[in-house]
Amino acid sequence: MEHTAQDPHERPFFAPSGKGGLASWIFSTDHKRIGLLYLGLIMLMFSVAVVLGLLLRLKLMTPGNTLLTPQQYNAIFTLHGVIMVFMVVIPSIPASFGNIFLPLHIGANDVSFPRLNNFSWWLYVTGLVLALVSIFTGNGPPDTGWTFYVPFSEHTTTNVSIAVIAVFVLGFSSILTGLNFITTVHRLRTPGMTWRKLPLFVWSLYATGWIQVLATPILGITALLIFSERVLHLGLFDPGRGGDPLLYQHLFWIYSHPAVYIMILPAMGVISEIIPVFSRKPVFGYNMIAFSSLAIAFAGSLVWAHHMFTSGMSDNAVLLFSFLTFVVAIPSAIKVFNWLSTMYKGSISLDPPLLFSLGFILMFSIGGLTGLVLGSAGTDIHVHDTYFVVAHFHYVIFGGTGLGMFAAMHYWFPKVFGRMYDHTRAFWSFWIILLGMNVLYFPMFVMGLQGMPRRYYDYLPQYAPLQMVSTWGSWILAVGLILMFHNLYRGCRYGPVATKNPWGGATLEWTLPTPLPAEAFYGDPVAPEPYDYKGVNPDG
Amino acid sequence: MHDTTTAARGAEHGADRPHEPLSYRFLLLVWLGLMCLTATTVAVSRIELGALNIVAALGLAGAKASLVIFFFMHLKYENWIIKGMVFMAFVVLAIAIGLTFVDVGYRY
Repeated sequence: MEHTAQDPHERPFFAPSGKGGLASWIFSTDHKRIGLLYLGLIMLMFSVAVVLGLLLRLKLMTPGNTLLTPQQYNAIFTLHGVIMVFMVVIPSIPASFGNIFLPLHIGANDVSFPRLNNFSWWLYVTGLVLALVSIFTGNGPPDTGWTFYVPFSEHTTTNVSIAVIAVFVLGFSSILTGLNFITTVHRLRTPGMTWRKLPLFVWSLYATGWIQVLATPILGITALLIFSERVLHLGLFDPGRGGDPLLYQHLFWIYSHPAVYIMILPAMGVISEIIPVFSRKPVFGYNMIAFSSLAIAFAGSLVWAHHMFTSGMSDNAVLLFSFLTFVVAIPSAIKVFNWLSTMYKGSISLDPPLLFSLGFILMFSIGGLTGLVLGSAGTDIHVHDTYFVVAHFHYVIFGGTGLGMFAAMHYWFPKVFGRMYDHTRAFWSFWIILLGMNVLYFPMFVMGLQGMPRRYYDYLPQYAPLQMVSTWGSWILAVGLILMFHNLYRGCRYGPVATKNPWGGATLEWTLPTPLPAEAFYGDPVAPEPYDYKGVNPDG
Repeated sequence: MHDTTTAARGAEHGADRPHEPLSYRFLLLVWLGLMCLTATTVAVSRIELGALNIVAALGLAGAKASLVIFFFMHLKYENWIIKGMVFMAFVVLAIAIGLTFVDVGYRY
């Protein structure tokens, strides 16, 4: 077949196709363009939330009434949490790289519902706008923390109502993405792409899709209930009127704990793709990694009340949820051991994607093991609502999902943009980020064990030295992030042209031209063995 | 960005089972059934049955939801995989409610 510059199988997906400008992007039904739209907005919101985090650390560097008022401090940690959780981490990998690569991995030219895909992006934008409105109107941004706990969220005069509606809309965006992915995996696999030939990234997105579809509606209901409480004063969570404040916590965490797995599972999928490619070995225990994604999705949906051990819930429930929490550690550990076994005796290339993946394993392991301290009811009593929780959460989510996202950015960058970034700068940015994360968050474990409560505006002088170290860590981390984003930006603009398969991957996207073309496949591609590297070598 | 191959692949997998359109008479009967069950829900809530009040309310709500899903939303005429997925959603909901009652049922 003769190709021309306008041939959609040759033309890069981001190149103008004749009609267009901005409208050809924001109304696009192409999964690759939608993925990039998500990626751009997610990174923008990430930058905003990082700046808010730096501000919080700067305020906490010294004790006393400095830099921010208590009200400003409450508002900023709420915004940091709401933006990071609902606008960055939950959509991060599925909405961006999932959108771009899930159809390509299964040999399809798009997702099952391309228009719904565009609509879910618009819902995401609507959610962002509503969140912005909640910041700049009325009595100012919400000051409840990202958990919106009652009774405070019912009574505070800040803009909680609009913020929870924003969360409701963002939730719908997430549901539609999950629904699209589940349907796509069921219906659009190329002939011969059996379930046991699916790349593990697809398995992880499939498991994530189920959590998004089944758990997120409960967040929507919970957000609406807070809104109803504030507007109609129903008394659902008010014991004075027959309500139950713990019911709110149940409803919130029935979604928000599985949401942690919406955050981490796609990152685990990315790691499962990267490690075999850079070890030049088939992935160890394919079946168990795929099964463990489903097991994490299922078991992770049954552990929510471990956030409530000190809330006054029944002892029977404490015992049961503590036990179930330990169960979910098993499939997580299966993945870690299988990744390490994949690397054993492999021909390892320490390229940037693998470095970020190894960073993921280290940070996720620390975060995961400290999670068992919190999941164990006895020890949780001592560290509940302390900096220990903050440290654990950031190790898992920033050290895990964050580094997983950065690994994905470095792995698929040449395929998406058609250029390569500078490896030395990527190397340095990784080590600076890893150092910054540990200097920032590790002291929080120590402070938490010493009793420093989370979300406090001020603290006793005994915590001052470690608070200072933690703030230094935030600066190191910021330097690493700036270096990494600068390197990727330079690579995108001025980097050398990338080859078709620079890493030697065996999944279908590496058979396509670089950068990705507007139309991926001519007909039905042959389903490959995704982790068989015989005869597949890095080119260029 | 669908090509014919991808679209055809989706259509092939997604074919609905053909069935006759439901008659107005039948749909009206389902609606009347829903009304009766709603009235029963209200009536049962006024009788003191202890913990059984919750069981009755959830049972009746489940029956109503089943009527809506099976007939108004045509689940009865879908293939087994769609039925399985909807069933799974209900199982997860039942587990969530059940585990919550491990707290509520033993709290005081």
